[in-house]
Amino acid sequence: MPVAATGTAAPLEFRDVTKSFPGMETPALDHLSFEVPAGEVCVLVGPSGCGKTTAMRLVNRMIDMTSGDILIDGKSIKGSQPADLRRAIGYVIQHVGLFPHKNILDNITVVPKLLGWDRKRCAERAEELLELISLPQEMGSRYPSQLSGGQRQRVGVARALAADPPLMLMDEPFGAIDPINRDRLQNEFLRLQQAIKKTVVFVTHDIDEAIKMGDRIAILREGGDLVQFDTPDRILAEPADDFVARFVGADRGLKRLALTKLDEIDLENATVVREGESVGLEAANGTGNVVLVDNDGRPVGDLRGHQMSAVRAADARPLERTLRSTDSLRDALSMMMTDSLRPLLVLDAEGRVAGYVSIDLINDALRRVRGDNHSDSGINLEKTAAT
Amino acid sequence: MIGQVGGALAGGPVIPTFGTTSKCVLQNRTFCWDWFKDRWSSTFVPALLQHIQLSVIAVVIGFAIAFVLAVAAHRARWVIAPVTFFTSLLYTVPSLAAFEILVPITGINYFTVEIALVSYTLLILFTNTLAGLSGVSPEVLDAATGIGLTRTQALLRVELPLALPTIIAGIRVAVVTIISLTTVAAYVVPAGLGKIIFDAIGNSVFNTAFIGAGVLCILLALVADALFAGLQRVLTPWAAARRGG
Repeated sequence: MPVAATGTAAPLEFRDVTKSFPGMETPALDHLSFEVPAGEVCVLVGPSGCGKTTAMRLVNRMIDMTSGDILIDGKSIKGSQPADLRRAIGYVIQHVGLFPHKNILDNITVVPKLLGWDRKRCAERAEELLELISLPQEMGSRYPSQLSGGQRQRVGVARALAADPPLMLMDEPFGAIDPINRDRLQNEFLRLQQAIKKTVVFVTHDIDEAIKMGDRIAILREGGDLVQFDTPDRILAEPADDFVARFVGADRGLKRLALTKLDEIDLENATVVREGESVGLEAANGTGNVVLVDNDGRPVGDLRGHQMSAVRAADARPLERTLRSTDSLRDALSMMMTDSLRPLLVLDAEGRVAGYVSIDLINDALRRVRGDNHSDSGINLEKTAAT
Repeated sequence: MIGQVGGALAGGPVIPTFGTTSKCVLQNRTFCWDWFKDRWSSTFVPALLQHIQLSVIAVVIGFAIAFVLAVAAHRARWVIAPVTFFTSLLYTVPSLAAFEILVPITGINYFTVEIALVSYTLLILFTNTLAGLSGVSPEVLDAATGIGLTRTQALLRVELPLALPTIIAGIRVAVVTIISLTTVAAYVVPAGLGKIIFDAIGNSVFNTAFIGAGVLCILLALVADALFAGLQRVLTPWAAARRGG
């Protein structure tokens, strides 16, 4: 993963922001207040007409607020000229809006050129950015019309990152992309974000995308009310009201499971035996999870429930289903359901035994709410990129 | 540069009596190459150059006026209606009438000719320039503003380059129209290829002068159109990329 000059990220604060449009009875945004810590992705989500895009566009003064204030890194956005402010904020929109008359390199370096970077520095930055978005360098001389939708969207992200802004605004950036490529672009962006750690305001109407992309989610209701502002896990576990519960969907339990990877929970221990060794005490001791491994330590069979003095390969049940530690709890549950909810073996990245996951473990995980600082939480609080 | 076309035809007889008069000319056949070649450098070339000059001046001045009006109308939409009304009015005045109307006011001179010609370019150039500017997609403009271009920067670096194909298309129509109308202008001020044609019509019908000037006028229009088509390709390589070329 190439890492572009990782610069700064700035905290963002909405302070009692109201926006009324002339001729409208109710304000589009009503006393909106929340804070996004530096380096976090904050997703604004809600049904159409909830003011999420309006809220985002207030930040770079594409729309001017009626009252209240927005602070980037503690400084009011009212203190700078709109054009200067915007050059310091990355901006990605659904239809990308690349300039059709400029090639990809020139598109990427629009903002650096506005900022007066010299030719050499622009060229170096463009090369770096193409690498960052995994586009071959020769694409730099093409025009936007010669790229696919997904490639154009990547270029849009590169253009937004060009001058290394501390804050990025993304308005349904993957909304016009087909589902398969959308998933890929989301994952790419999460990996990128892990490297660059920008503060991001991300607008979407898709709650699944919000859960996947957000460190924090702001759920807005029509009329610009902020109903809940929380981590994805807490929104799924403890919806603030019926509106949020309906909005996140009846399957919120499953969605929560999808948020947690197997390597983020404490798996049940597994006892590893080789051919000829005896299974007895170990199996009786606690869980009864016993795995037969070969000489390289790779699992070859399941010996759960067995007790014998000299294990023969023939005694072991073949491992029909195993999970990877990067799979989610939802993947684990889904696989268990095809096999009478029996515990399943989890393998680590090297293919060695990591442990067992059981229905009880999944149950435990659902009872804990991530984002709480409960000391009993065995779950890693860090949100990780989906792979 | 603008001056009287060589005296060979000025008010002279239908069939010039000087030089060797060929059989073709005496019989007034459809086209006499020898007569045409004899007068190529003395009559036709100066007339052609004068014609080009009259047309170029008209289109350049017309474009300058139309461009300013179109940019103004793009910023302030209320400008569109009055400008369209006025330029349409100018455009609909029959060309001969326009010259006749102007002569009492501005006299029989090139100024009169240019005023009339310029007024015919305005509607086409204004409409096309405005259409080009308005045709820039809203998301491109939103992105331009959102990443920090000022209005003027957005106009110069995004809107105008993207409007260029439509603007040039307008110039092509205007150029061809004006090259043709400049011929009519010779009715007021004897100049350009029109003078040769009017002389030929007025004095009788000497086919060669009439056809020679007429064909030159058509060729001039075609060449000018091709030049601008080429210019458009050179200036907008991205448009070719979009067409898959």
